[in-house]
Amino acid sequence: MRINFKHEWIETNIGLMLVLTMLAISVGGLVEIAPLFFIDKTVEKVEGVNVRPYTPLELRGRDIYVREGCYTCHSQMIRPFVDEKLRYGHYSLAAESQYDHPFQWGSKRTGPDLARVGGKYSNEWHVQHLIAPRSMVPESVMPNYPWLMQLLDQSDIADRMKALRAVGVPYSLTEAEREANVKNFGETVAAELHIPDAKKNLVDQANLGNYDGNKAGVSEMDALVAYLQVLGTMVDFTKVNEDDLVRSR
Amino acid sequence: MAIATYSSAEQYNFDIVKKFAIMALVWAVVGMSVGVYIASELAWPFLNFDSPYFSFGRFRPVHTSAVIFGFGGSALFATSYYVVQRTCQTRLALEGMASFTFWGWQAVIVLAALSYLMGYSQGREYAEMEWPIDILVEAVWVSYLLVFVGTIMRRKQPHIYVANWFYLAFILATALLHTFNNLAMPINLFSMKSYSLFSGTQDAMTQWWYGHNAVGFFLTAAFLGMMYYFVPKQAGRPIYSYRLSIVHFWALSFMYMWVGAHHLHWTALPDWTSTLAATFSILLLMPSWGGMINGIMTLSGAWDKLRTDPVMRFLIVALSFYGMSTFEGPMMSLKEVNALSHYTDWPVGHVHSGALGWVAMISFGSLYHMIPKLWDAKLYSTKLVEAHFWLATIGILLYIIAMWISGITQGLMGRATDEFGNLQYSFVESVAAMMPFYMMRAIGGAFFLTGVLLMVYNIYKTIRLAKLEEAALEARLASKMVNVGA
Repeated sequence: MRINFKHEWIETNIGLMLVLTMLAISVGGLVEIAPLFFIDKTVEKVEGVNVRPYTPLELRGRDIYVREGCYTCHSQMIRPFVDEKLRYGHYSLAAESQYDHPFQWGSKRTGPDLARVGGKYSNEWHVQHLIAPRSMVPESVMPNYPWLMQLLDQSDIADRMKALRAVGVPYSLTEAEREANVKNFGETVAAELHIPDAKKNLVDQANLGNYDGNKAGVSEMDALVAYLQVLGTMVDFTKVNEDDLVRSR
Repeated sequence: MAIATYSSAEQYNFDIVKKFAIMALVWAVVGMSVGVYIASELAWPFLNFDSPYFSFGRFRPVHTSAVIFGFGGSALFATSYYVVQRTCQTRLALEGMASFTFWGWQAVIVLAALSYLMGYSQGREYAEMEWPIDILVEAVWVSYLLVFVGTIMRRKQPHIYVANWFYLAFILATALLHTFNNLAMPINLFSMKSYSLFSGTQDAMTQWWYGHNAVGFFLTAAFLGMMYYFVPKQAGRPIYSYRLSIVHFWALSFMYMWVGAHHLHWTALPDWTSTLAATFSILLLMPSWGGMINGIMTLSGAWDKLRTDPVMRFLIVALSFYGMSTFEGPMMSLKEVNALSHYTDWPVGHVHSGALGWVAMISFGSLYHMIPKLWDAKLYSTKLVEAHFWLATIGILLYIIAMWISGITQGLMGRATDEFGNLQYSFVESVAAMMPFYMMRAIGGAFFLTGVLLMVYNIYKTIRLAKLEEAALEARLASKMVNVGA
């Protein structure tokens, strides 16, 4: 049987037009997104690359990073170019943002990339720079963030970790989950990831680190600086074989 | 005249079109003012005023949401409801639901802007709205689809006009994109805060599949729907090639959805994905230019209108910017070009040559055509349209030239090394080098905004005169009735 296709069939039939348009717009996303969840190589599984979820304090710092829209000016994605290696360090791995809900790779560098800013500057530098950027870098166009010295809202930290657990971050609620974390990340990290101890862990880290230079209370500055200081530090590249990384992609 | 108005007012629901048209102008003023303000913050950082409510990071999504969803969205609701009624020769279906799309959509923009200033953000570009607002968007959007399809089902002739295909693809695609990109887990039911369902690489891919198709369908396909109705109408000629419209429609709908990953070249996204996206980006040049040619050639035989009719000029220059942006886009999706352009001001300029040059210009042209018809009046001043046109054009040129220079400068300064292989510039040196161009960009934006203010004044006068005339006419009619003793 020969079918003489006429576009007129579609133009005169709204049902057919809806179905065919839906088909046309669905293919691209299906082909490009769905496999990323199934192809194992998408996130590097390489010896020496063992990224852990954020501690409660770091997590709250990250929330503030998102709240203030830092991603509108800072990327967290170093590309594999010579100049970026010199300026920022080793190119970013997919594994390094595997617990980032949402990802904060960014799209614009009005300021520098922050993927490996952790450990580059002292806590005091960050605090002063966040409160008055131009006092540290005269040419900077960054806004001042004096309100970060306000106290951090810690009330819903467990809710936050539970929500992240629900979307796949290995924060532990049960003893079995905690033991699994001990196996994967070691005793110290596993303790930080245990939701029932979240509040205590948060306050302890802030007191111990004293990121904002002020012992009284936990400020938003404590949380944000704790987050900035951990960025890009979870992989020790001296212990990773570069050839393994290349092969893993 | 009056009799014609009354009968067409019954035949069509123009009330909802009028409301959306007015709000499009309101959001244009709000969104572009915020745009000029945040552009100025980059040139003069003291404008952040040490206040969370003025800081760039929270203000920027207010700008993008107000211009894309407030101005662009309202213009699309207005024109799609107008076009679907006129081309189907029937009144809008489901009027209660249509009314909900108006109030619901305006609530979305207001709530979104307020929530950003209060610090609620999903941290996803162009999808910063938190989950309760996302649910409201979903409800509005499903209603929109029902109203639009319902109206098409009531059409008086067998064929569905081509403009409606594009509006339809836009409505369907936006529903699809919005739903999947906003999947998130609220921290509890009484909190605005949520975390996205996906993380890292998969989250990035989903976001840019959304992000680029917000451009592809919200800011392109839908405005092409506008083009396919208002360009032939204003030119008084049929569309250049019907066959080209068909090819344009299917190729564009199919290909756009593949290209999002070109925003993620050289990142931790697997190479196969971004390479595939770049391939489709280049292929996409063909339907894009096919559409542009279809629009511009519609004017063939009536080219003199470019000289005599400033409204026509808005429409045709919009198509020219569309052609330019859809050439620049594929070029920037080449990996080698992208290595230089990405993360710089160049993409910002590219977006604005599309958003100001194409989206805003085609909307201005369409609104200048449609608003006098809605109120059954003549445009108050063509001279003001002319002035608006030149302010807008100069504004865009200042903007994109500034961003080209600063973007390429930043890209080159970033990769420059000296003879020993050391970096030649620190990052902050490139920031300092941007300053003149950030000022130039803010000035360009101010030009564009001034043009919009002229438009608002012109439209205000047009509507006011229409109302005065109508009142005078009614008074005359009434007095005649009295005279004949009726």
